[in-house]
Amino acid sequence: MSDRLALERARLGAHRGLATWGERTVPLAEFRVAAAAAGRALADAEREVARRALLERPRDPTPVEGPFARIAVFGGIYSNRQALAACLADAAARGVEAVYCLGDLGAFGPHPEACWPLLLEAGVRSIQGNYEQSLAGGRDDCNCGYTDPRDNHFARLSYQYTARNCSPAFKAWMGALPARRRVRVALDAENPGNELLLVHGSPRRVNEFLFASTSPVALLSMLCAEERCDGFLCTHSGLPWVRTLPDGKRVANVGVLGRPANDGDRRVRYAIVTAGPTGVDVEIVKLAYDHDDLAREMRAELLPEEFVETIESGWWTTCLEVLPSRERGLSRF
Amino acid sequence: MQRAANSDRPAAPDRAAVPPALSPATSARPPSVPAPTSVPAPSSVPSVRLADLETLWFQVGGTLCNLACTHCFVSCSPTNHTHELMTLAEVVPFLDEGAALGVKEYYFTGGEPFLNPEMEAILALVTRSYGPATVLTNGLLLDPERCRRLRAIAEEGDYALDIRVSLDGPDAESNDAVRGPGAFARATAGIANLAAVGLNPVVTATEVDDGNGTPEGKERFFALLRALGIAKPRLKLLPLFRIGAEAERAGAYESWQRLAAGDEGDLGFDHLQCNSGRMVTGQGVWVCPILVNEPAARMGPRLADALGPAALSHPACWTCHAYGVSCRT
Repeated sequence: MSDRLALERARLGAHRGLATWGERTVPLAEFRVAAAAAGRALADAEREVARRALLERPRDPTPVEGPFARIAVFGGIYSNRQALAACLADAAARGVEAVYCLGDLGAFGPHPEACWPLLLEAGVRSIQGNYEQSLAGGRDDCNCGYTDPRDNHFARLSYQYTARNCSPAFKAWMGALPARRRVRVALDAENPGNELLLVHGSPRRVNEFLFASTSPVALLSMLCAEERCDGFLCTHSGLPWVRTLPDGKRVANVGVLGRPANDGDRRVRYAIVTAGPTGVDVEIVKLAYDHDDLAREMRAELLPEEFVETIESGWWTTCLEVLPSRERGLSRF
Repeated sequence: MQRAANSDRPAAPDRAAVPPALSPATSARPPSVPAPTSVPAPSSVPSVRLADLETLWFQVGGTLCNLACTHCFVSCSPTNHTHELMTLAEVVPFLDEGAALGVKEYYFTGGEPFLNPEMEAILALVTRSYGPATVLTNGLLLDPERCRRLRAIAEEGDYALDIRVSLDGPDAESNDAVRGPGAFARATAGIANLAAVGLNPVVTATEVDDGNGTPEGKERFFALLRALGIAKPRLKLLPLFRIGAEAERAGAYESWQRLAAGDEGDLGFDHLQCNSGRMVTGQGVWVCPILVNEPAARMGPRLADALGPAALSHPACWTCHAYGVSCRT
């Protein structure tokens, strides 16, 4: 037997009867006794207090808007003026009483400031996304929450272009937007309806990604309970989904207007929320728009061809590493 | 690397009164090991609140492993019973307690989790009823049959199943120098078996070789994975913790490598994983996945006992802060 194999065999058998305590080995019983003595075992009542303390949040002073019988909710415009215009027309045709934007006005697309007058003219009720927080705060990064270097490379290109092409007045307006809104969706003023919380990433973090395959029902229920709401709507991750909780509450990610939903379909997504007799109905709308015009403008602005390819193909080419395994498995790249 | 705080929320003031786990005042050390003289005074040791219990880890493979890697920060081996395998019945009460606390993701590690005869049953239960699950494996036990069963679990669950396979080099020579003879051949066969059933693992590599983290080093891993049938290779790099076997291989921490009050700077400490996660072993709840071989890092028998702040008194805490480490994928 070679020396190396002998050494390997010795290492494999090195811990017989011993525990590893930091860098030392000690008799197993010594570790177990020390571990059992460490920490605290609370009484049942104390445990309940500890759990409540973790979950309890101060009451949210955000005013409740509405009631409205039907609203449109979108997020992630990403400077896609063409999709924004199509969405506003589509929502008006569906008879909505209010239009909400969940933030991230800029990113992959051209001429970010061109969306501003459309939002103002239509009376869109907006909240801040991480983009608005970063642009208004003069930060040097979008705080999208990516961890992969390639994702961050393209996120930087997007953000730097957007920051260069937004006026101080537009950035100041972004800085004055609220971080969240609340809206009552009800059939009429006599009906209690449902109070929905509107956020960018999640109720607890502006850049939290809530994907369908990684957002447990128990987590969504806990967030609704903490926020004392009948459901919430978010965006940020780029992929839409709707979930009904065991108690009937609705939680949805409304997707984004700015780029397709990574399924080979060039249409973009937003939500129509309608009051019903027993709750709200959330419909994810697939919206066609003039993507050729957008692609032309992006190329004229010399934006990365990867971004244009997504608009023209319906498949994401960047910012993919953040996708959970299931969503990534359905993706082309 | 992004190091955003784990929550936008302010700290809840009523939880600050709980004494931090692992504080020098309460830490137990083996009698044979004198307390390092460089431990900062208790008053200067910073601590981290738990903002949300987002990530729940299970040392479901104990410290038992079919390898004995020279860099293992918990010194796992075929004979290391410091922590034993966890049964499904042991895991379930923590899943229920965690779900009620709003856990977002579940991680299963060891040791080698697939030495646990109930590992697949645990993954099936979690992805069906609790949330997304990630299992961290050395890949040696990923035979074609097991991979087919894992594929079924991944398809049938409501939530995502992710598999992380550890490699420490893109070839047998560099990998096996750390992980043992034959490890590369068996792990890469396991990765190929996953690819054959359409599962795309995240390969985790440590920076045991300085080149692994460079663009060229990563490209070598990507090329290997493509050759194994992975069209969209995924790679996570982790720095080394100079504890356990790694302390013998590369030397222990220097005395200055400890956190003190003020070290947080503008970044703060809320980016640390102890701000949003806990680790469950067969012996109770530990503050994080790194410190399961430190009895003083045990916080109590149940999750509710472990919701208080964690003291950043261990030198490994310095690595987490300095390198922005998260054990999450």
